[in-house]
Amino acid sequence: MELFLDRLVIGLGQGAIYALLALALVLIYRSTGLLNFAQGEMALFSTYVTWQLIEWGLPLALAILVSMGLAFLGGAAIERAIIRPVGDVEHNSLSIVIVTIGLFLAFNALVGWIWGSDGKIFPKAFTSTLDLGVTTVSWQTLTILLVLVAELAVLFLVFQKTKLGLAMRAVSSNSESSRLVGIRVGRMLMFGWGLAATVGALGGSLYASQLTTLDPSLMAVLLIYAFAAATLGGFDSPLGAVVGGLIVGVVTVMAEGYISWIGGDLKLAFAFVLILIVLTVRPQGLFGKEQVTRV
Amino acid sequence: MTATSASSGPATVGSPAPPTGLFADPRRLAVRVVVTVAVGAVLLYLPQYFPAFRVGQFNIVICYAIAALGLNLLTGYNGQISIGHGAFFGVGAYTTAILVADHGWSHFATLGAAAVIAFVLGVLVGIPALRIRGLYLALVTLALATVFPQIIKRFSDVTGGAQGMRVPKFRAPDWTGLKDDQWKYYVLLTFAVVSFVLVRNLVRSRVGRALIATRDNETAAEVLGVNLAFYKVITFGVSAMLAGIAGSLSVFNDPFVSADKYGINLSIILLVAVVVGGAATIFGPAFGAFFVVFLPDWLPQKYPQLSPVLFGAVLILLMMVAPGGFLGLVRQITAWAKLRFRSSSSPPPAPSAVGETAAITGSGDELASG
Repeated sequence: MELFLDRLVIGLGQGAIYALLALALVLIYRSTGLLNFAQGEMALFSTYVTWQLIEWGLPLALAILVSMGLAFLGGAAIERAIIRPVGDVEHNSLSIVIVTIGLFLAFNALVGWIWGSDGKIFPKAFTSTLDLGVTTVSWQTLTILLVLVAELAVLFLVFQKTKLGLAMRAVSSNSESSRLVGIRVGRMLMFGWGLAATVGALGGSLYASQLTTLDPSLMAVLLIYAFAAATLGGFDSPLGAVVGGLIVGVVTVMAEGYISWIGGDLKLAFAFVLILIVLTVRPQGLFGKEQVTRV
Repeated sequence: MTATSASSGPATVGSPAPPTGLFADPRRLAVRVVVTVAVGAVLLYLPQYFPAFRVGQFNIVICYAIAALGLNLLTGYNGQISIGHGAFFGVGAYTTAILVADHGWSHFATLGAAAVIAFVLGVLVGIPALRIRGLYLALVTLALATVFPQIIKRFSDVTGGAQGMRVPKFRAPDWTGLKDDQWKYYVLLTFAVVSFVLVRNLVRSRVGRALIATRDNETAAEVLGVNLAFYKVITFGVSAMLAGIAGSLSVFNDPFVSADKYGINLSIILLVAVVVGGAATIFGPAFGAFFVVFLPDWLPQKYPQLSPVLFGAVLILLMMVAPGGFLGLVRQITAWAKLRFRSSSSPPPAPSAVGETAAITGSGDELASG
């Protein structure tokens, strides 16, 4: 029982990280209708920026905040300079997928170029643990979960209660009509990319802080877990991304722990099979809206 | 190379009507024969001229070209994107490695096994791909590419895992009088030529037209009687089979396999080869393969990270300015040159140039709805 609870806590901690990156994916999808395959590598870049700021003497929390701010600018700039010239998602989705793959490659290589491919030590936010009697939870995990809840709340407020959020939802629902009612569609797309990059920067930094190490291969695998989370939750639902992330985290840790045949190596294969099953059986995910094609 | 340069070259002077067959226009035929013979002679002479190291690189180019040919069939002609063909390449490589090293098969005998296994796996991935389209298919194949090395590591008692495994070398028989690298080159080149000819005939046949129709407008193709499910699944299978054959041949060339050789990077490199060469062109993948193998060589060795950065930048730039890739660009330029330098009596640019340049961009409608 104790082992089970330990694993549950570990799973939730892992899942919270998956959820953070999944949220970034969902944000891009909601505001632009695109799966951003470069999201993980963009987050990787931001995480290295955080690391660099810490090296320069900033405290962890401040470093993450500054890095998030830079990520917002970077994300918006990428939308404006690289994504938009390729064309709109509706008619050029294949081209844009290839562009995001190009970004994936370029960011990963840039990180290796600037910071080298050897691992870096990343500081932990908290080292103490909280004793709950039956099990212990590290403050690190608790913080990540709290950040996740706070982030979800902020995103909910922005999307549902502000004019900006309304405009963003309008653009993703019908960009042509939005333009006609005076919404600046380009600005909204830039904002969506910036927001997603910000969320990714936060997720990446917290992930590195949990692992206490940082290297250029960190995100490739995490991206697949995040995609599994977003697929399970439904690509257009932030709540779904969070719930999906927690489920994926707990289920993979349990599978690794209790089914020796799966072990550490096949954990990722497990996530892959999950993506395949959800997309085949219930493509809209748990919380997503069913897509209806207009003829 | 031969076909394109002949059809867009100077041979069309004074022949406004498109020829109906090879023999309808003797000048065209002559140019085609000359170009084919010239290219063939150069290809045959290469391993005599270059040292073993270069020939080894040419062998890698050939393997990538065959795999990219398969990927192009799927992505360029049929509009199903795959970021996971490195996995099929790896399946072919491991099939050959295991059968040769542990079961004593001859290299040639394993090719058939690699082709069959990769084909079956391709069909298995292709079946869910019927429901999973566009962006989501890209996602699933990306996940496949990431998972493949993990599976190899999990079964390390058979595969050698991350340490990899050595395979007995593929040696030149004595009667040929060739060095090993030259023999490998000629064997690989033979398989490549056969693959290219078969795929060329395939895309020009009924089946090819069905694939292209499906890519351009799925609903319209179905209404016209194209069996979508059948063609899409079979295309996935054939495409994976070519990647598997390429992987198998890569072990002929380099007798060492390890899990991380066949990860996400290989899949992306194959996609780069297709896009750079020109999607939905027959010889584009060969140019693309040449590009991805030799670009790192041309760059200053001081910055090993420069070539992936450039690959990324090239992908992005091509999508912005020339979605048709290298061959698409050549066609656009020749079409433009024809318009510019010939009088109005000359024919308008070949319609195929426009149609095929739009290969990557043309299939957005079905993707958005999926």
